[in-house]
Amino acid sequence: MADLAIKPPLAELNPPLVEGNHSYSTVTHTVSGIVERKTPKQWFIAISISGAITLMMLGMIGYLFLNGVGVWGNNSPVGWAWDITNFVFWIGIGHAGTLISAILFLFRQKWRTSINRAAEAMTLFAVACALLFPLIHVGRPWRAYWMFPIPNTDLNMWQNFRSPLLWDVFAVSTYGTVSALFWYVGLLPDLATLRDRARTRIRQLVYGVLSLGWRGSARAWRHYEMAYLILAGLSTPLVLSVHTIVSFDFAVSIIPGWHTTIFPPYFVAGAIFSGFAMVVTLMVIFRYAFQLEDLVTIKHLENMNIVMLATGSIVGYAYATELFIAWYSGNMYEKFAFLNRTTGPYWWAYWTMVSCNVISPQFFWFKKLRRNIPFMFVISIFVNIGMWFERFVIIVTSLHRDFLPSSWGYFRPTFVDVCTFIGTLGFFTTLFLLFVRFLPMIAISEVKGVMPAPGASERGQH
Amino acid sequence: MDLVQISNQKKPTGAGKHYWRSVNELDGTAKLEGWLDQEFPAGPVNDSSRRQVLKLMGASFGLAGLVACRRPEEKIMPLSKGVEDLVPGKPLLYNSVFVHAGAAAGVRVTTHDGRPTKIEGNPDHPYSEGKATGLAQGALLNLYDPDRSKQVSEKGNESSWEKFGAFAKTHFDGVGNGDGLRFLSQRVVSPTLTSVREQALKKWPGAKWVEWEPVNNDNALAGAQLAFGNVVEAHYHLDQADVIVALDSDFLNLDSPTVLPARQFTRKRKVTEPGDAIARLYAVESQFSATGATADHRLRLRAGAIAAFTADLAALVGVGESKTLSGEKERKFLAALAKDLKANEGRSVVVAGPRQPAEVHALAHAINQTLGNCGKTVTFTQALAEPMLDGLKALAADLSGGKVSTLVMLGGNPAHDAPADLDLAGGIGKAQTSIHLAHNANETSALATWHLPEAHYLESWGDARALDGTVSIQQPMILPLYGGRSALEVVAQLAGLPSAKGHDLVRGFWQGQWPAADRERVWRKALHDGVVANTKFAEAKVTAKAPAAGAKAPGTGYDVAFHPSSSLWDGRYANNAWMQETPEPMSKLVWDNAAMVSPATLKALGATQGDVISITVGGKSIEAPVMVQPGHADQAISISLGYGRKNAGRVGDGVGVNAYPIRTTAGLHIAEAQVAKTAKTHKLVTTQEHFRMEDRPIIREATTAQYKEDPKFAEKMSEMPPIDSIYGYHSYEQGYQWGMAIDLNACTGCNACLVACQAENNVPTVGKAQVSRGREMHWIRLDRYYTGTGDEAQSVSQPMTCQQCETAPCESVCPVAATTHSPEGLNDMAYNRCIGTRYCANNCPYKVRRFNFLNWHKEDEEVQSLVHNPNVTVRMRGIMEKCTYCVQRIQEKKIQAKVEGRREIKDGEIVTACQQTCPADAIVFGNIKDPGSRVAKLRHQERNYELLAELNTKPRTTYLAKLRNPNPELA
Repeated sequence: MADLAIKPPLAELNPPLVEGNHSYSTVTHTVSGIVERKTPKQWFIAISISGAITLMMLGMIGYLFLNGVGVWGNNSPVGWAWDITNFVFWIGIGHAGTLISAILFLFRQKWRTSINRAAEAMTLFAVACALLFPLIHVGRPWRAYWMFPIPNTDLNMWQNFRSPLLWDVFAVSTYGTVSALFWYVGLLPDLATLRDRARTRIRQLVYGVLSLGWRGSARAWRHYEMAYLILAGLSTPLVLSVHTIVSFDFAVSIIPGWHTTIFPPYFVAGAIFSGFAMVVTLMVIFRYAFQLEDLVTIKHLENMNIVMLATGSIVGYAYATELFIAWYSGNMYEKFAFLNRTTGPYWWAYWTMVSCNVISPQFFWFKKLRRNIPFMFVISIFVNIGMWFERFVIIVTSLHRDFLPSSWGYFRPTFVDVCTFIGTLGFFTTLFLLFVRFLPMIAISEVKGVMPAPGASERGQH
Repeated sequence: MDLVQISNQKKPTGAGKHYWRSVNELDGTAKLEGWLDQEFPAGPVNDSSRRQVLKLMGASFGLAGLVACRRPEEKIMPLSKGVEDLVPGKPLLYNSVFVHAGAAAGVRVTTHDGRPTKIEGNPDHPYSEGKATGLAQGALLNLYDPDRSKQVSEKGNESSWEKFGAFAKTHFDGVGNGDGLRFLSQRVVSPTLTSVREQALKKWPGAKWVEWEPVNNDNALAGAQLAFGNVVEAHYHLDQADVIVALDSDFLNLDSPTVLPARQFTRKRKVTEPGDAIARLYAVESQFSATGATADHRLRLRAGAIAAFTADLAALVGVGESKTLSGEKERKFLAALAKDLKANEGRSVVVAGPRQPAEVHALAHAINQTLGNCGKTVTFTQALAEPMLDGLKALAADLSGGKVSTLVMLGGNPAHDAPADLDLAGGIGKAQTSIHLAHNANETSALATWHLPEAHYLESWGDARALDGTVSIQQPMILPLYGGRSALEVVAQLAGLPSAKGHDLVRGFWQGQWPAADRERVWRKALHDGVVANTKFAEAKVTAKAPAAGAKAPGTGYDVAFHPSSSLWDGRYANNAWMQETPEPMSKLVWDNAAMVSPATLKALGATQGDVISITVGGKSIEAPVMVQPGHADQAISISLGYGRKNAGRVGDGVGVNAYPIRTTAGLHIAEAQVAKTAKTHKLVTTQEHFRMEDRPIIREATTAQYKEDPKFAEKMSEMPPIDSIYGYHSYEQGYQWGMAIDLNACTGCNACLVACQAENNVPTVGKAQVSRGREMHWIRLDRYYTGTGDEAQSVSQPMTCQQCETAPCESVCPVAATTHSPEGLNDMAYNRCIGTRYCANNCPYKVRRFNFLNWHKEDEEVQSLVHNPNVTVRMRGIMEKCTYCVQRIQEKKIQAKVEGRREIKDGEIVTACQQTCPADAIVFGNIKDPGSRVAKLRHQERNYELLAELNTKPRTTYLAKLRNPNPELA
């Protein structure tokens, strides 16, 4: 299979999704092996670093709770800065996972199978990081639960349903719940595989409980498929709705640079863009670390790069539209907001964003480049940086100079801002490391579904 | 008979509203004494009765400073019977007097449970008219300064008033006829202290009494001496003048001890109809001042060149010979100005500022006389005091000559703020015994043998004269928190007067002035009204001589002009966080002073803002950060005094640059200096960083002629598409509908409203580092914008506070509904409900919401909480706050109306704190649905406009456009 020259043209257009001489059994071995082998030393090194960074984040949050939001650089007029930037950044990251697992599933994109598990896990962990910020960014975090419509005697009244922040609460919590369910349901057959292969009592017990008594009967498979389809159907609108509602935080306000109707599609495209970049970053690393090149093939990576090229171009188009409308609207505040974005004190943030998000994915027009692993890794990192800056640019540059020049200000982050953000990266990595260590990072059962039907000689033990 | 009955019985019968006062007014009457004996039998109470326990409790509260005692007996008696007027939770108001810059201004002090919490102007005082300057209001915080001196000390060791008393008795008995005895006080405007001084000097004929204040009006007095041969005080009647010329005089703010000139001027600038005539103001100045900002024409001229300008102006109106010392640009200005002045003879006035030399003042008097203004727009009375610099020079000579054995310094900080060439700090050390009375152990206390804690003016009895001679009695509101005594009491003690109690001295002095039969009534009326009737000076008839010596052209170096600080004055308020955080009106600089220069001078110096320059005068130099002031004169530097204190306290130590080391007797106000850039930089922090309006219609301005032509000009400046809502609007028809109108034509940007709001609403201070992060908490701010080019800039200011939008963008975005709209149109803030998402602040287009990023009260000491207004919540960290239109004042009046059985609150009954104090009456609050209310009438004026109306926020606060009245010849 390695020699493409002798393949028929059709096979060239649709290369196999699993490379190498893999059978059902070797796939099971390869994926389960990661979880079952002795923990590699590198994993311990990695998790101690990321764990330390997570502890630093907890320390920063403790410091924040003791002293107040003033330990960050937020000020008047910049009431939101890195806190909400990080929130939107992490929520955006999550979107790729849901898109891969739900929308691509409904569209019968079979190439999704080997990356969907990891991407969904990434979604969950990104949402966990994201949810942190709305809770800790409030002035009185011990009252943050007042944002939830739960009966309490402190407030004794309903929340303000006109507030986009409240919509956020519902949107993000729904998203988190559905994503977790979807991920867990998909895990069931593989958890059962791990249970069956378990050699220790503890593993048998833990995976046994987690797999909810999965036996792999035809009836169970039928129900499973249906549940999975329903959850995919439920998740699909969420891909669009969550970031739409997050964008309402800005679009519903009256601040020039926020108050625009383009935000929902623009935010969704940006979210998918950033999410795919993060999946590429992670898959390049873990595919290499765990020798999964046969399962996560260059074809997968290339497909993701194509998605990045498409969404990156949409994002670039949105940037251009914003500028055009600012000029075309004839609104002096709007005009100024965008002039200020591009040439004001934060010009460097704007142009970092444009270079990373608009220019860098354009290299993926070239097949050679989008199949070049080191190159795509670098580009995916650029996109991650660029998308963080996009949120920073939208939030901070719009706020720092709005209507009355007398109140204009400038935001500078403090070390607490920086360490908290770095801390969430550590937190995310820690969760992901735990995931790859204890759960199958590739959906074994689904990958088998896209492999050619096995010959008699290849019948495995599964 | 109970106290209420006595109180009612003894109420003065004079006209006007009367306030309940304490027992001290009632003492001396047989009935009261009888009652007191009955209630509080003399002698120790041996059994631990309930009453004794109550007394002890009361006394210990008194010692803790929690209970007011204005009783001259200086002991506490608990009220065993309720007093009708003393309702817990209800404030009591007292009239007293605040002395600033050597003149009195009447104040009305609000006390809550015996704690003074707010200073307002006394409406009955001719120099206050109910208004107070920012400094007068801010000085309240010094009362609760935890760094105040708490005890007597001798050579740095703890001592006590008893030990000092013993020392003083033996020491002052041994000074003979007082040859080596010197007194150094601040400006004395107290008739009682003057009389005690006379008694002391009678006892010690060899002694001398010297007065010193670093910011003084010596030049004006010397100018009067030059012009009239007599030291007289000029009183300008700006409300009678159509053309006003300010020669380096910031009479609207800094250069006037009281609010009166600002009130007179703005009265003459009020416009109700498009055709209304208003006064025209010309300002010639170096530093951009509030007066220059208000002026219709402003000529920027270095301080040293104003004398020449004045000489030229004098020549043009017919005083002296023309020398044409001024340049091309000045000549055009001069010609138009002279023509305007001559056309308005008898209706014009020329005012010279206190930094200009005596010759300029003399010339100004001569010009006024030639124009026939004397007796019309300017009148004269005897002056309150003589010039003080010569006395200080003589004292310094005596000190260095070893002629002084005992130096008694009553208040002030002469070692720090006396002219540098006199080396008073060195001289004080040469006196064998030096005694220093001061609020804080300051730079001078460190040099003195004895340091005595001084009582705050709200803690002690006294009296003071206003500029026109009107006397007010200063009555204490609270027992001295730290056992301080006043200068009056200390001098009386040293002089061995029969009583050294402030109350006895003041009352005794005034009782001697009045006919015996009427004493009690007059005294009580004086206390009640805050002014002593018939104490005004008679008008003096004077004739100005033509000035002798001509002015010379300015030198070639840099002029450095020393200004008092708008916040710290001469340094006495350095430890006052309110004042430190009150922005300088023009530059918005806080927690610092700076060398202010024009953009051109900055370029010439090769510096950028924040670079440190060295300023050298006569061999001595200081280093100060440089700051650009658009509109400042070129080749000139202005620097504020009062900063760079070393022993001010925790708030004021090391803040800013001390300019006194280069201030000498020769160049007390203006000096020629060499300036050089250094390699150092210093971070300057302002509350506003951007001063251009970016072509946005924020402050709308027109000339009177344009206004007449197009009365609706202001409204037309909003680019308004037709705005409609598919949902419709809330009607707001029922009940009161509160609104505010702010007349930008009146506002001078003086900061009085900002300090008033700070005191009324318990607004915290945050410090320099937090202001640099944009976290200042002021609920009302004064936005300053410059128009025109950098060098020839004009300036406008706009009070900005919550606009109470009917369709408030902040309300819809709060997830927990912590900010909602009241049926009366107020944008209410429920602090308890706020969780601090800051979304409301982000969405506020006026950026008036303030967030408690940290706990701003973390380091407060207990005594600092005494200043808080109990009717306003002290906000914790993590929540949002903002202007409420002083909702506590609204509620108070609504309740009062209800109690009195009234259905309607009268217009003007509710005044917000900012409105109450605004010297220009620029702020008017009221019910906009009442067509007769002042606010409704203002809103119906043509120049009324809504700021950011295009956002459809429907603000309840509207602005009235600014007008200028330029001379067509200078247009």
